[in-house]
Amino acid sequence: MMSNNNTNWITVCSDSDLVNNSGVCALLEDQQIALFKVQDADQQKLYAISNWDPIGKANVLYRGLIGSVDKSTVVISPLYKQRYCLESGQCLDDQHNQLRVYPVRVEQQKIQVLWAN
Amino acid sequence: MSTALKINTEHKQRILVIGNGMVGHHFVEQIIQHNATVDSQPIELMVLSAEPRLAYDRVHLSEFFSGKSAQDLALTTPEYYQANEVRFSLNAKAVDINKLTKTVTTEQGMQYQYDKLVLCTGSYPFVPPIPGNDQPHCLVYRTIEDLEAISASAAVSKVGVVVGGGLLGLEAANALKEAGLQTHVVEFAPQLMSVQVDGGGGRLLRSKIEALGVQVHTQKATQSIEAGQQCRYKMCFADGEVLETDMILFSAGIRPQDNLAREFDIAIGDRGGVVVNNQCQTNDPDIYAIGECALWNNFIFGLVAPGYTMARAAASHITGGDLSFEGADMSTKLKLMGVEVGSIGDAHGRTEGALCYTYENQPLQQYKKIVVDSQQKTLLGAVLIGDTSQYDTLLQYALNGLALPEFPESLILPASGEAAPGLGVDALPTHATICSCHNVSKGDIIDAFDTGACNLADIKVCTKASTGCGGCAALLKTLVDGELEKRGVEVKKDMCEHFAYSRQEMFHLVKVGKIKTFDGLLAKHGKGLGCEICKPASASIFASVWHDFVLTTDHVSLQDTNDTYLGNMQKDGTYSVIPRVAGGEITPEKLIVLGQVAKDYQLYTKITGGQRIVLFGARVEQLPAIWQTLIDAGFETGHAYAKALRTVKSCVGSTWCRYGVQDSVGQAIDLENRYKGLRAPHKIKFAVSGCTRECAEAQSKDIGIIATENGWNLYVCGNGGMKPRHGDLFATDLDTQTLVKYIDRILMFYVTTADRLQRTSVWMENLEGGLDYLKEVVIADSLGLNLELETQMQEVVDSYQCEWKTAIDNSESRKRFRQFVNSDKSDMNIVFVEERQQIRPATESEKQEYQNRAKALAQELV
Repeated sequence: MMSNNNTNWITVCSDSDLVNNSGVCALLEDQQIALFKVQDADQQKLYAISNWDPIGKANVLYRGLIGSVDKSTVVISPLYKQRYCLESGQCLDDQHNQLRVYPVRVEQQKIQVLWAN
Repeated sequence: MSTALKINTEHKQRILVIGNGMVGHHFVEQIIQHNATVDSQPIELMVLSAEPRLAYDRVHLSEFFSGKSAQDLALTTPEYYQANEVRFSLNAKAVDINKLTKTVTTEQGMQYQYDKLVLCTGSYPFVPPIPGNDQPHCLVYRTIEDLEAISASAAVSKVGVVVGGGLLGLEAANALKEAGLQTHVVEFAPQLMSVQVDGGGGRLLRSKIEALGVQVHTQKATQSIEAGQQCRYKMCFADGEVLETDMILFSAGIRPQDNLAREFDIAIGDRGGVVVNNQCQTNDPDIYAIGECALWNNFIFGLVAPGYTMARAAASHITGGDLSFEGADMSTKLKLMGVEVGSIGDAHGRTEGALCYTYENQPLQQYKKIVVDSQQKTLLGAVLIGDTSQYDTLLQYALNGLALPEFPESLILPASGEAAPGLGVDALPTHATICSCHNVSKGDIIDAFDTGACNLADIKVCTKASTGCGGCAALLKTLVDGELEKRGVEVKKDMCEHFAYSRQEMFHLVKVGKIKTFDGLLAKHGKGLGCEICKPASASIFASVWHDFVLTTDHVSLQDTNDTYLGNMQKDGTYSVIPRVAGGEITPEKLIVLGQVAKDYQLYTKITGGQRIVLFGARVEQLPAIWQTLIDAGFETGHAYAKALRTVKSCVGSTWCRYGVQDSVGQAIDLENRYKGLRAPHKIKFAVSGCTRECAEAQSKDIGIIATENGWNLYVCGNGGMKPRHGDLFATDLDTQTLVKYIDRILMFYVTTADRLQRTSVWMENLEGGLDYLKEVVIADSLGLNLELETQMQEVVDSYQCEWKTAIDNSESRKRFRQFVNSDKSDMNIVFVEERQQIRPATESEKQEYQNRAKALAQELV
């Protein structure tokens, strides 16, 4: 992943703050970012998306269930059960809604999000 | 040009309908339907009703006393009539028919022209000519106005008598009983319901009705009604006995309302009723009569289904169709005061050479009789008291002349070993009526499939089958399922794309395979990562089978947010907190703690429907501290967030109440404490009433318990909510030990076998054999499961823990209760405003305004 002057990898928490197959939320400036750690077979994957549920209009997506639809991994809104693809942020139940997705990585047990100033 | 003119000036056919009861309204609907048909000649409709409101449901009139309003009973609305261009006039009693000028005049002097006139004036209650029958508290039971008069009279009365022990009389008695009166039924004949039921059935019916607290007096001819000593009136009978009462309700049969026809020279039968032919025409071909005012083949049909058939026949004849009325089956199935009664065809065995088979079970209070022809080949009639589960099958035998099985008695004998020979829907001929309310035949349903219906819901919409009394629901479902199967449609029971199993199958897989984690279950029996359907279902199964704390690391990711955060998420992302208040009993000290917590955390408070107090508006990060305070004060979680036992509601019971016969509060508290925390396919509610007045509304609960002098009556599988259902009486006069055993077994059987999100009512209806089957399993231990079910329940009871306490004692799970992993700030989007001295979530526009003000303030400060 590239980074330039305007973008930086910002540490938001440690790996142990995450919960397997579930979400937590980090605050970066005034942005709420939902972080998910998903165990799929032997692979462990990290995802970071906006925590704002545009349909329920509340900051709750990190409290959603993780699941799969065909091959894609999704989070299901705890309010009205819409499914959002964690890879793309696309809402599978309403094509007009797409969430912001953030690049995320682990560096020495620290969770980092690529943040544009 | 001239032809066009002709069409414009030629008036539409005008139909005038006198009377807007159930049958009159059904006729109107037929014409509306006709007018909606493409290419039909539109017909102008005018309706005159002597009553102050449009048609309402007289069949369910007694529900007026259990809280239904006139509006609830209404079958239509003025708006609906207006939208369909049906003109109508209320309080408009027709007093004159001029057959020559074809006009009808009302009491107010309004005149209406007609091309076709339809009389559906119904009937009026027959009041026997007894001296004193015209006093203020001597009433009848027919219209909503009558009911209002009865209510008013009941409010100032203690004792009430119904004269007449027929079907309507018993309905009326039920109404008086519901109104809290000490109720008597006085019948001239030697038995109750003598039209529909034979002597043996009448005896049992009487004893059941008396057991419900209604006193029955048969073979009593009232001679006069005089002033009473203890009560308002005194009824004097021919045998010299007297009965004191505050009010009298006459329900001694109906008489056709045929005055109009009588006065204006339309043919009338010897004993009343407007004579009609198969098209429901009177002797004036432009005048029709339908419903209870019509006399067909010297017979008045006092039921709604034949009236509907007449309405369809008349409408069809007027619009050029070929439907006709050729008599009707008077078979009937109903529940009177909770007693099931069924009567089919020749119930008395009056046909020449008729033979009968009778089965009576005194302990279970059931009486069943079938009447067959002398060759024992066809069924002529039947009487069922106490259990009408075989009614549908028997009715099909009788109506369609189906050949009886080799041993006809097997149709009414209880199943022993092999199941009773249920009648396969395949055996029914195409013309067999499935739904008699809407006259839907088996053929109509097959046609509906041919024209595109795909499932039960479609069939109900396009044929209206099973949308009347609902008595044919089970039969319809069997027919639809069978038809789907024939058409190669697989009735899928898969839970979701990740598991090709039903909940019950998954339950067994978990239990037999000793699977304890979702990953294990997925690896062995599923695919993908799971979803919002299979994950919580699995968590519920794990909780039921292994009694694990729902927030163990393995299970936390399976729970819906409500279960994970042990509270219900509200629209703004905050949670509600509902501590358990077992039985609705709470000390002043605890009330003060709740109030203090609400004040400290600025929460909104409200009383719930389950006799508890809910605190709204708690942020996720506040939950542990709130729970800690509550736990310290002796509270525990109320499981309001879970598919689990919610509450056991209770009335105050014999401890305080003048009428209570048992300690309902104590019982409710014990039961709530026993079953709290039990995970189930859906939420479960209980209630315990301390007497038959039923103030705790136990019959609307999954498990309802009503105290009797001798113990407890158990009702099962009721519910409120979207599709309310009254519970069914499961067992009577139980001692507490047996009561708890039965509940253990029923609930565990439900938890192990029900589908996901299936409430107890639907679960039971889907069990083949329904209530009876459940009784066999639970009471007679027909599956030999009872010991296992009880053991399983005891394990659940013994492993109970308060999830709030476990969550806050565990540092790992406590970590989850924060909005941000990297900040102590709160979610800025949660904003409250004040309303009625409490908080409520701000609306979007209020939030916008709040933000703008904050910005302005920030700028000012800079």
